[in-house]
Amino acid sequence: MTTASISPARQTVRRIIRNPSVLIGGALVLAIVLMGLMAPLLGTRDPSKISPKDRNQPPGYESTVRDSSGKKVPVEYRLGTDTLGRDIYSRVIYGARVSLVVGLSVATIAVIAGVTIGVIAGFFRWADGIIMRLMDALMAIPAILLAIAVVSLFSSGLASVIIAITVPEVPRVVRLVRSIVLSIREEPYVEAAITAGTRTPLLLFRHVLPNTIAPLIVQGTFIVASAIIVEAILSFLGIGIPPEIPTWGNIMAEGRSVFQLFPHNILYPGLILGLTVLAVNMLGDGLRDTLDPRFANKV
Amino acid sequence: MTTEPVLDVRGLTVALPTSGDRSYAVEDITFSVNPGEIVCVVGESGSGKSVTASTVMGLLPGALKPVAGETLLQGEDTLKATKNRLRDLRGTKMAMIFQEPMTALNPVARVWEQIAEMLEIHTKLSQSERRKRAIEVMESVHLPDPERMADSYPHQLSGGQRQRIMIAIALVLDPALLIADEPTTALDVTTQAQILKLIKEMQERRGTGVLFITHDFGVVAEIADRIVVMKQGRIVEQGDREQVLKNPQEPYTQMLMASVPSMTPPERAVVGGEMAVEVKKLDKVYGRKGFLRRERIVHAAANVDFHVRRGETLGIVGESGSGKSTVARCIARLIDPTSGSISLHGTEIATLSQSKLRPHRRRVQIVFQDPYRSLNPRRTVGQSMIEAPVNFGVPIEEARRKARELMELVDLSADALDRFPHQFSGGQRQRICIARALALEPEVLIADEAVSALDVSVQAQVLKLLDDVRDRYNLAMLFITHDLRVAAQVCDRLIVMKSGVVVEQGPTREVFSNPQHEYTRLLLEAAPGTDVEFGSGRAI
Amino acid sequence: MASYLLRRILATIPVMLLVAIFIFLLLRLTPGDPAAIIAGDYANDAQIAEIREKLGLDEPLFTQFFYWLGNIFQGDFGESFFYKKQVGELIASRIEPTLSLSLMTIVLTVMIAVPLGTLAAYRQGSWTDRIIMGFSVLGFSLPVFVIGYALIWLFSLELGWLPVQGYQRISDGVGGWFIRLLLPSLALAVVFVAFIARMTRTSVLEVLGEDYIRTARAKGQTERKVLMRHALRNAAVPIVTVIGLSFAILIGGVVVTESVFTLPGLGLLTVEAVLARDYPTIQAVILLFSLVYVVINLLIDLSYTVLDPRIRY
Repeated sequence: MTTASISPARQTVRRIIRNPSVLIGGALVLAIVLMGLMAPLLGTRDPSKISPKDRNQPPGYESTVRDSSGKKVPVEYRLGTDTLGRDIYSRVIYGARVSLVVGLSVATIAVIAGVTIGVIAGFFRWADGIIMRLMDALMAIPAILLAIAVVSLFSSGLASVIIAITVPEVPRVVRLVRSIVLSIREEPYVEAAITAGTRTPLLLFRHVLPNTIAPLIVQGTFIVASAIIVEAILSFLGIGIPPEIPTWGNIMAEGRSVFQLFPHNILYPGLILGLTVLAVNMLGDGLRDTLDPRFANKV
Repeated sequence: MTTEPVLDVRGLTVALPTSGDRSYAVEDITFSVNPGEIVCVVGESGSGKSVTASTVMGLLPGALKPVAGETLLQGEDTLKATKNRLRDLRGTKMAMIFQEPMTALNPVARVWEQIAEMLEIHTKLSQSERRKRAIEVMESVHLPDPERMADSYPHQLSGGQRQRIMIAIALVLDPALLIADEPTTALDVTTQAQILKLIKEMQERRGTGVLFITHDFGVVAEIADRIVVMKQGRIVEQGDREQVLKNPQEPYTQMLMASVPSMTPPERAVVGGEMAVEVKKLDKVYGRKGFLRRERIVHAAANVDFHVRRGETLGIVGESGSGKSTVARCIARLIDPTSGSISLHGTEIATLSQSKLRPHRRRVQIVFQDPYRSLNPRRTVGQSMIEAPVNFGVPIEEARRKARELMELVDLSADALDRFPHQFSGGQRQRICIARALALEPEVLIADEAVSALDVSVQAQVLKLLDDVRDRYNLAMLFITHDLRVAAQVCDRLIVMKSGVVVEQGPTREVFSNPQHEYTRLLLEAAPGTDVEFGSGRAI
Repeated sequence: MASYLLRRILATIPVMLLVAIFIFLLLRLTPGDPAAIIAGDYANDAQIAEIREKLGLDEPLFTQFFYWLGNIFQGDFGESFFYKKQVGELIASRIEPTLSLSLMTIVLTVMIAVPLGTLAAYRQGSWTDRIIMGFSVLGFSLPVFVIGYALIWLFSLELGWLPVQGYQRISDGVGGWFIRLLLPSLALAVVFVAFIARMTRTSVLEVLGEDYIRTARAKGQTERKVLMRHALRNAAVPIVTVIGLSFAILIGGVVVTESVFTLPGLGLLTVEAVLARDYPTIQAVILLFSLVYVVINLLIDLSYTVLDPRIRY
């Protein structure tokens, strides 16, 4: 024992940053986040700017447009244009913003709501039955349909899309948290704390909840991935974010009618969407392998 | 019969993965098993005894590699055998039974199929012949009504019955060598006695050589013809039963044998301290009638009466399911008793609400069985130590000072407070748990199988520590154990429980020398190795 | 056994009731007048009043719910505002493509995913395992419609092997039916295969660590039989459970796939109904899909009694 005290948390962090899946996925996610943040610098055109004369052009098309002062400047449409002549390259870059905002918001709200409800269900027997029946019912409605139903009620917009995607994710978090709470409260160290006179709120925060952090980070990462997909699906079906806002789903929805002639309208945003979700999933996989104690114990 | 051994292990060395704190799981070990002989390999955890057994069978986990030596099974080196040859040998020439009969059988296959599988692999018998043979062998291991039981699934059988099935599987092809890896450790003492008897009977009848792995010197004394003592991957001493048990040469062997508690309780004075806990008519019922559900009510404890005085240790002994832990948990109010009274120094706590109960919590503290799960792995030992006093209003500085004192009391240095539980061994953690329990200066200390998970040498130290703190703090101690040897040494009085009911109680010495109840007699008879006197360093 | 069956069946009733309440409240809880929402932006007051009358919106909520539920039990889901047709009929006419797509996808999935997952578990840590798991993460990350369009682009536009979109009824020829379903079910199966292969691997890995696997090896059993007879038989319960749970993914996927491939099924109907704000249809479709999901999982629960002798009381 050379070092006086290595905390288990620090050991875990050390394990995480050595995991290749975390490294690759994390680097990709970071790149996409940067892309979203620096969209005004990376984009070559205003993503909403319509240019009727440049409609439906293939990738690499070069043209001239008038800038704000009325001067003609050359412009390259790196990924071509859509049916309204908007620059797909810039729209794809700006689209990262919506996807990331939706992904992170949904994960954050779902985790907070899920932890609160899950702890109540896991620790207070009187609430358990009712809460879990409610969650069963929510789980019985397929997630995308539930999201469609919720979003169809409100005017379309970012907030309603986020709520619509969050609702079906909550029961999954609740189940996870509840099962952890139920198993942890049987642990001798929790019983020792009970006999030590530790009050229930402190007992939860000190001994029970820390055990949910690692699984929730993993689960939260996977929620980000699935929320990005569902947002794209809703937008693609025409019931998500309003069509004038550039999102990957909207760009693809735009391209549906002319897909047979101009497949790039769908394939490029599809590719970047797939890459983003892949990156997040890889990160999640790596985190699960390093954080999930059941897995770690087997080694 | 030739004198060629069935198993001859020569210079066997098995390498550990490089990350470990030692480089070999076992190192240069040599021993042999003759036909019709039971060789016990005995050692504490980490001694390499189980690795030895798995190596012979070719069942080592991938990370462990034999790097030197040979394991000759009737002259054939199993280390050099091809995978196919090894498969042929398993079952026919060597067979193995394991520690956990609950998990060693496939839960979705009928038991006769699991015996017959052996015949299917190694013989050309037809399906009906296999079934017939399976039932025969079930009969030979004394399973009741084998015709009917053959079609059962493992979960329908008791632990002892499952271990009999395992033995039936192992012996159905009459192998020359039977390897038994802690086969009775997970069983209750009465079942253990039956299984040991069965192994001995089978081995005598068939002339099988048995390699018996165990940590329990009682079992060794019960069954061994020859003994191999291992420590940290090496053989410390080996020899005939008489020689090792009665005249151990090596200090390590002597220490181990001295650490095994004696079955003879010492003389103890009657303790006349003030009454600490008085339990009357305690009932705990689990389960309830449900809608469309079959009634499933279990009386975990029924009509339990006892008392403990300060300065006294009351032992509660019994097998699994006897309700001994239920009683302990009721007194610590980790579970709510169904009915009855628990009087703590005159205060009735059986029915107090959680909030009213809180001030009384400090008076009863508990030490659990599993030292690895009893401390929150995320918190330093110091944080765990001061949690309870701080809960009851002791200033943090004061609690820290007290914690340092207590660490010294349990023979740990004060800087241990800054470390995390994973940096300590099992025995050290159990000391920390005892120190933590003492931090509140309780009147009652419950030790719930507190030494059962520890190696025998560590167990002896922890038992001594418990005895010391009881005297020092004038504690009333409730000592829950399944181990009669331990109970004999530390308890002033005993209560014996079976199926939730107290069947006998009295001073320890009296219960041991003159048991009144049938079940107590059964327990005492079943305790292994009673003909050898341990605990004094020399055998009688 | 009989009481177990009965208990399991009864346990689904509160769940379905809650689902029904939820779906019912969905429309009633929207901000604004449900009748006005249903009538759409261009309705006049008389039309709104008519709708209100029809739905009994002036009655107390409680009465409305039981009225609605009572009608559903009689097979009356109301009339579609958009199609001007009974919703029941509408659904009946749209079931075939959805059923065909789902069945074909499940068959494809189980045939591919379970062997792949088992192989990956058996070769844990090898390149085989890594490649299978790599494809699994990839498949799980690509949204159905992206895969759908990529497949159309490759097989229909570039290679010209398969028709682009559309559906052919099975009564008009099995060949055409099959050809037109091939790409959609392949697209839909990708995510499904990824999920189930991964869960199969996890379950088999877990079982392979059990003591009875060691017992089987100690008997001298061959590795293939250890895997088939002991590991898979025990992993069956978790694998089947996962297949049941993943029906939720399947149903979501059906909605998207039918839109991409213009298959005139219930999924496309859902999207059309949402775009047209055709609430009776939306409610009916969601209720139906949820019922299917609950029933499938009930059947799977019941299959445990066959797969695992321990669950038999």
